[in-house]
Amino acid sequence: MIQMKEVYKKYPNGIMAANGFDVKIQAGEFVYVVGPSGAGKSTFIKMMYREEKPTKGTINVNGIDIAKLKANRVPYLRRNIGVVFQDFKLLNKLTVFENVAFALEVIEEEPKVIKQKVMEVLDLVGLKHKARMMPDELSGGEQQRVSIARSIVNSPKVVIADEPTGNLDPETSWEIMNLFEEINSRGTTIIMATHNREIVNTIRHRVIAIENGVIVRDEQRGDYGYES
Amino acid sequence: MKARTMLRHFRESFKSLARNGWMTFASVSAVTVTLLLVGVFTALMLNMNKAADDIENDVEMNVYVELEADQQAVTTLEQEIEQLSGVESIEYSTKEEELSGLIDSFGEEMALFEQNNPLRDKFVVKAVDPRQTERLASQIGTFENTHSVEYGEGKIDKLFSILEVSRNVGAVLIFGLLFTAMFLISNTIKITIVARRTEIEIMKLVGASNWFVRIPFILEGIWLGIIGSILPIAAVSMIYYNVYEYMQPRLENSFIQILEFSPFIYQINALILLMGVVIGVWGSFMSVRKFLRV
Repeated sequence: MIQMKEVYKKYPNGIMAANGFDVKIQAGEFVYVVGPSGAGKSTFIKMMYREEKPTKGTINVNGIDIAKLKANRVPYLRRNIGVVFQDFKLLNKLTVFENVAFALEVIEEEPKVIKQKVMEVLDLVGLKHKARMMPDELSGGEQQRVSIARSIVNSPKVVIADEPTGNLDPETSWEIMNLFEEINSRGTTIIMATHNREIVNTIRHRVIAIENGVIVRDEQRGDYGYES
Repeated sequence: MKARTMLRHFRESFKSLARNGWMTFASVSAVTVTLLLVGVFTALMLNMNKAADDIENDVEMNVYVELEADQQAVTTLEQEIEQLSGVESIEYSTKEEELSGLIDSFGEEMALFEQNNPLRDKFVVKAVDPRQTERLASQIGTFENTHSVEYGEGKIDKLFSILEVSRNVGAVLIFGLLFTAMFLISNTIKITIVARRTEIEIMKLVGASNWFVRIPFILEGIWLGIIGSILPIAAVSMIYYNVYEYMQPRLENSFIQILEFSPFIYQINALILLMGVVIGVWGSFMSVRKFLRV
């Protein structure tokens, strides 16, 4: 599904954020990416959807080396990858429905199909009844649900989440995690960067720990591992 | 691209025109000033070219006859010239006629020369095609009793060099203005891009194609160019109409003519509109390339 080989990333300011990543993620896996701030977690994740390009090495996603992907092919890669952020990245001028529909509109989906798919995912995230509301009328957890709905509305094979619970209180975080579990149980691969020890230690999945641009630990059903 | 998508792009581009109010106004003003000058200058330039052509078409040459040539030699020369291909007309004028012409133009002082007329008999020759003047002149120059041939090439060259200089000065001026207009348009588009940063980021994340992201901005540039060309088109049309109405009757009997109002004005207007669109597209392309990283 996703395979990194000898991946190096050096930023223009000289920082080595990836110092030889070698990793393989199977379809349907749930993977936590942990590590201190600035260790290279975000770079690791961003390279998977070509937000960042590696300086060296190959990143194979669904059989295509995306490190060598031409810029005009990148949009097609992204259509198979859903992305969720800590700060939700919703458009405040649009309703909940329109925010989710946006992901399908820009890939020129039929209006009928858009309506059906959007209502389906809003139902899944439990916000069907709030489809006409604006994002700032919702709580943080609800806004994150909208952004998750948007990330899965075009049925991607992978959802990549960069600290999706970072801005949420503990209780809401659990709700969001349950949602990711639900999505994962339907066969979607989930890769999540997180600082949330409690979650990682409770809902056990594969853990990849990154420090100074190096994968220092990679274990199935691992724990968070860092002392608080 | 689907019609529905195109409609969406149109809507987006109009929305940001309204949202960027003052920048829109500034860019449109810059385009307006630029195109107004381009229009006026082009109209002037084309008419000057036309005048130059008219003058060139009116070229005659003076063939001066050797002093010692007798009546017989003059007749032979006349026949030789007539037999050349491309000669439209030939007219003979004796040196006495020439002198009385000078006395008419410059006054009685010229009468002093009646004692000892320094002028030569001449033929006034006109070519069917004025571009052939030079060739005919050199052929006639080789004939036995030809003293010299003059066809005012100096004057025409001078006119052309004046035209050349004014054209270059105008081109530099217009390039400067075009650059300013493009810079302002590109800035307006930049502001639009910044205002819609999150939207663009999300578009790219969910896999919108690069053209999908770009098109609204390019359309916005085109609207700025088109709106900016409205006033210049109206102004140039009005000015040229009045100039034409004024000049046309006064030039009726002259060999120089002003360009006909129609179709000239439509051509100029099409040019102004085209320039507006080109400036708009170019300006937005510069911003989109720099700030969108698509």
